Amino acid sequence: MRKLIKLSFFFILVSSLFFTKANAAGEQHDLLEVDWSFKSFFGKFDRASLQRGYQVYTEVCASCHSLKHLSYRNLAEKGGPEFTELEAKAIASNFEVIDGPNSDGEMFERPAKLSDKFVMPYANVQEAIAANGGAYPPDMSVLVKARKGGADYIYSVLMGYDEPPAGMELDDGVYYNKYMYGNKIKMSSPLDDDIVEYSDGTKATVDQMARDVTTFLQWTAEPHLETRHKLGFRVILYLSVLTILVYFSMKKIWSRIETEV
Amino acid sequence: MSDHEYTPKSKVGKWFNDRLPLLTLANHLTEYPTPKNLNYWWTFGGILTFCLITQIITGIVLGMHYVAHADLAFQSVEHIMRDVNYGWLIRYVHANGASMFFLAVYIHIFRSLYYGSYKSPREVIWIIGMLIYFLMMATAFMGYVLPWGQMSFWGATVITNLFSAIPLVGESITNWLWGGYSVDNPTLTRFFSLHYLFPFLILGLVVLHIWALHVPGNNNPIGIDIKKPSKDTVPFHPYIVIKDAFALLIFLLIFAFFVFFSPNILGHADNYIEANPLVTPAHIVPEWYLLPFYAILRSVPDKLLGVIAMFAAIFVLVILPWLDTSKVRSTVFRPIYKQFYWFLVADVLILGYVGAMPAEGIYLLIARVATAYYFAHFLIILPFLGFKEKTTPLPLSITEPILGGSPDIVMARNNSNFKEKL
Repeated sequence: MRKLIKLSFFFILVSSLFFTKANAAGEQHDLLEVDWSFKSFFGKFDRASLQRGYQVYTEVCASCHSLKHLSYRNLAEKGGPEFTELEAKAIASNFEVIDGPNSDGEMFERPAKLSDKFVMPYANVQEAIAANGGAYPPDMSVLVKARKGGADYIYSVLMGYDEPPAGMELDDGVYYNKYMYGNKIKMSSPLDDDIVEYSDGTKATVDQMARDVTTFLQWTAEPHLETRHKLGFRVILYLSVLTILVYFSMKKIWSRIETEV
Repeated sequence: MSDHEYTPKSKVGKWFNDRLPLLTLANHLTEYPTPKNLNYWWTFGGILTFCLITQIITGIVLGMHYVAHADLAFQSVEHIMRDVNYGWLIRYVHANGASMFFLAVYIHIFRSLYYGSYKSPREVIWIIGMLIYFLMMATAFMGYVLPWGQMSFWGATVITNLFSAIPLVGESITNWLWGGYSVDNPTLTRFFSLHYLFPFLILGLVVLHIWALHVPGNNNPIGIDIKKPSKDTVPFHPYIVIKDAFALLIFLLIFAFFVFFSPNILGHADNYIEANPLVTPAHIVPEWYLLPFYAILRSVPDKLLGVIAMFAAIFVLVILPWLDTSKVRSTVFRPIYKQFYWFLVADVLILGYVGAMPAEGIYLLIARVATAYYFAHFLIILPFLGFKEKTTPLPLSITEPILGGSPDIVMARNNSNFKEKL
């Protein structure tokens, strides 16, 4: 058992060494830390927040940012915003997609269905860049996982718009952001108090919207997060019980000879 | 392999075994006499076999859904993560499995370094092991390219570009590796093909590794030769099997923790950005398990010499059995080597750390000192130490130090020290 403790100590030592390797960039501000509901071992999404987050995405972000890896059916799936299927269908039908060719060999437009991928705001990357002053608004499907700091980073950037410090020159169309890498961002502050009207009566402050949309983006990046946490708990529990059983079997077997395991 | 004859009890068994002695092999594996004083550092062989098989099985399933094409690879990985049943689980097991595999292999290698398992008569086991390690690095590197994220693309660019440092033919070799004039679709498809092939080569080498092990038998923590079978040994089954199983379960608990609760912590965020040949990431870093070699590569100012240094860092390990001139295997009886051993561990960890940092200023200086020390350890310290070092007396058998019963007072004291060390 003593050896075992030593062994686990070694693991902790090694892993801690590699976890602390982060934080290379010096002048960055520490990210704002939020106590997200999805963070802990049993972490789950706040369903209402996900639905509000979807609203913020559609009304604010979606004009520039795509969510190309998501399908409309995902909105009704378990572990997500859990809109009803009817609601999800209604959402999808607001968008037009090009389908075809039909039997006449023609491409045609039709309303989107649950099985369709989210319709993108621009036809291609070039168009997106051209429409946004040379900066590409990144696809948001896995944005949370594509940024160091994850959800905290996204939230921090949304909250990080400020007056530039004295002496900092900003070009036209470039904005100061405390948390953005390099502190310069080409997206103007997207959120203002009450730019959306929440149907559940929640007050749409900048902080509230930033939280909701970040929660929503965490879900788009990790749609199976809740299943993962739930399954993970069961796996760890199962392994722990099995480990204990095997430990005692081992003790029993080795007691046949006079050696300590 | 084993000395005693084995005859199956049943008639059918005997009939079959006379034609294909699989039962003799199974009997050899279960009866295989193993030193009874093996500690938990010896359980990583079994753990590594488990890792390899896990990687192969999850990899085969991922290969059913993955599309090896520059325009579709990233999307197909997202398809696996979202739409394939438990695809997220299979991919997270595979991605974290690579890290766990390397964690285990590093422990396995440093176990060997500590207890002198690479020394005569086990040099061939060691060399095969180093070949496996080298193939593992190649496999892992190519696997990291497959999701076609930013780090995939730029990591592939940096590493394949190394070959362009070779005089005269470098450029041609690089183009040949790429299948074009830059990292592009042909590079991705061949990496996929080779990433699928290499694990099976590793599997073959693992069989040879175990075969070569079963000729002299296991080394042990006190590093002395033992009679087999004797009261110093136990049959592999059930004693070692149950102990390996227990250690594997502890390992799996850590593995599961990563997979289910921090699946992306060992990866790099930039790899969730689709590859873009026009945008270079701020820092291009390999996965953590390649960082020490990356640090060695960058610590040499000349590109060609850097590449040579990096490959030499692996090659010195291959010839290690002849660099270490000491006849005593276990570090337990080598007081001076013991200190240098821990210096080496620290040195490699430092190399790994500076490998993740930008190659400038203080980090570059540290990397250079650590690189120099790494080579000095193998090329200067080890050869000389074998001649100079006064080793402590070796016990006569495994049973002796454990029972502590020696008439020789010096030996007895030594034995009681030894027990504490264990």
